[in-house]
Amino acid sequence: MLYGWGRVGVPAQEVRSEDLEAITKGAVLSRGLGRSYGDSSLPPPSRPTAANTTLADRILAFDEASGLLRAEAGLTVLDLNRLFVPRGFFVPVSPGTQFVTLGGMVAADVHGANHHVAGCFGAHVESLRLRVADGRIVECGPDREVDLFRATVGGMGLTGHVLEVAFRMKRIPSPWLVVETERMKDIDAFMEGLKAAARDWPWTKGWIDCLKGGAHLGRGVLFRARWAEPHEAPRHRPRARPRPGVPFVVPFSLVTPLTVRVFNSLVYHFPRRTRAIEHPETFFYPLDVVLDWNRLYGPRGFTQYQCVLPSATGPQAARRFLERLTRRGGASMLCVIKDCGPEGAGVLSFPKAGISIALDIPIHDDTQSLVDHLNELVIAEGGRIYLAKDAFTRPEHFRAMEPRLGEFERIRRAWDPQGRIKSAQSVRIFGDAP
Amino acid sequence: VKAVVFGATKGMGRALARLMAGRGDALFLLGREAADLEKSARDLEVRGGRGAVGWAPCDLERPEGFPGALDAAEKALGGLDAVIVTAALFATQDRLEAEPELARRLLVVDFANTVAFCEEARRRLLARGGGTLCVFSSVAGERGRKPVVLYGAAKAGLSAYLEGLDHKFHAAGLKVVCVKPGFVRTSMTEGLPAPPFAGEPEPVAARVLKAIDRGTPVVYAPAIWAAVMAVIRLLPRAVLRKIGF
Repeated sequence: MLYGWGRVGVPAQEVRSEDLEAITKGAVLSRGLGRSYGDSSLPPPSRPTAANTTLADRILAFDEASGLLRAEAGLTVLDLNRLFVPRGFFVPVSPGTQFVTLGGMVAADVHGANHHVAGCFGAHVESLRLRVADGRIVECGPDREVDLFRATVGGMGLTGHVLEVAFRMKRIPSPWLVVETERMKDIDAFMEGLKAAARDWPWTKGWIDCLKGGAHLGRGVLFRARWAEPHEAPRHRPRARPRPGVPFVVPFSLVTPLTVRVFNSLVYHFPRRTRAIEHPETFFYPLDVVLDWNRLYGPRGFTQYQCVLPSATGPQAARRFLERLTRRGGASMLCVIKDCGPEGAGVLSFPKAGISIALDIPIHDDTQSLVDHLNELVIAEGGRIYLAKDAFTRPEHFRAMEPRLGEFERIRRAWDPQGRIKSAQSVRIFGDAP
Repeated sequence: VKAVVFGATKGMGRALARLMAGRGDALFLLGREAADLEKSARDLEVRGGRGAVGWAPCDLERPEGFPGALDAAEKALGGLDAVIVTAALFATQDRLEAEPELARRLLVVDFANTVAFCEEARRRLLARGGGTLCVFSSVAGERGRKPVVLYGAAKAGLSAYLEGLDHKFHAAGLKVVCVKPGFVRTSMTEGLPAPPFAGEPEPVAARVLKAIDRGTPVVYAPAIWAAVMAVIRLLPRAVLRKIGF
């Protein structure tokens, strides 16, 4: 069995090798650490073997002056942070986990808490070395084979196998963060808070208690951060932290309306300093503290629902979304809200100017109808969902929210007329032959 | 430490070389493919951040190349404190039985040629007044067992050679470290069913590096395999004949 991070699996296997060129030859799909939540990293039923990139993790070049780094696709952000934070460099864009490979960051065109100023990861990529469907190896980038590049960035691995990634690391003044936190009493305050924070802070994000409705709808905590200047930072380096794990899949989900209610209250009322110098991992990767935390959702697993609601339909879109969610009582422990900057170059990249909301939802019998219900609202608002998280969206819903799909399929077919590269997700949503 | 690593492009060799580069050791890589060596050398340079990592092609199937490769290493390093060999050939027992030519090659590479390389290396280390020779053998060489009849035989020979070397040259300053990895999840074992106590390359590398620094003659990694093999060594022949392990 192979699983996405939501622990929903398919009968399939993967092959690992340091020699990525060898294992991607004729392969149906590449896969890194399998941290996409749904079925993006799972191969289709007819060809159930994925090429796993994680042993191909060599750094091939690094230029201290420009920050330009070239590496094999299996290199992880965990490794990059360990090596480069002490030297004064950080990845230009980081998702909410360090357990992600460069290939995965390209495929999902990941964004982070700095999306409003830095855009997606793809905006910092100089070139990609790609094995395309006919077996050839092609270099693409913003200046060559541009269509292939634009479709690959955010293309969920469906245009080819990423072999190498060249991108620019960012200089940082110290390895510590200045983090400010502020309670937000409702969704309107939150929207204002995010907007105000975006003006002065490179990293902003919010956590919402999405069980609260009525006057407290959308209450939560806003986090804003920047790198500490050398004079503000402690002298010592941030230490590597212990990572306790969840040793087995718990027999039933520990994420229930009751536990979420208690957890959310604790998070909201937890006494915080409004301004602190923090370990970067605390801000960027709060969930990485516990390994295999997805096992807490029990044998049925969970899904993440992430959508972006465009600012065009006004600041009330997030309110309408949360109202619909709380009416369904969709218990979500993790609800993250973040304002996105403008759409990037990736043909299928997720973010666009507006507000992004992400929810972790334990899987129940009614999860499909909950996702359908939320998707209908997202379509009405002119928003869209994030493929890297998705396991339930119907093809007709995806088409309705994704006018760019035609262009993506046109470029994809130009490079792969026989449809050799596909995933369980592309079969489910794009209508690829199983 | 000025060290030659033969087999640093993959698996446990890669993990060990990264640890050594990270703490500032000077490395020189030996291996089969130039392009692959070049990439690993760049990787170690960036990770180590302390100057150039050299390399030279060297193939365990071509013993005539051993002296030249070690010459190049000594010259580039400006000395030699340790020689580490993780390179070897591996195939499952089923495959070796089906392909006698592959079995013959494996026996030559993993025993005769590895020993020939070690002889070349230990002569150079002794000529410099001593040093460390660390060679990856295997727990497969502890007992004759069904799943590793041929591979295990080659590794048993290699382990015996390394023990003899230790006895003979210890007083002269040669520290021999015979590493006996249990099942470690690397590309070598990819596709094989992982037994209990399977290890990951990074902790294994950390344990081996400690053994190299201390000159421990025999090291099992992960450590639990010392206990597992102690039991296996005690099993009566009649029992070992019955079980599949």
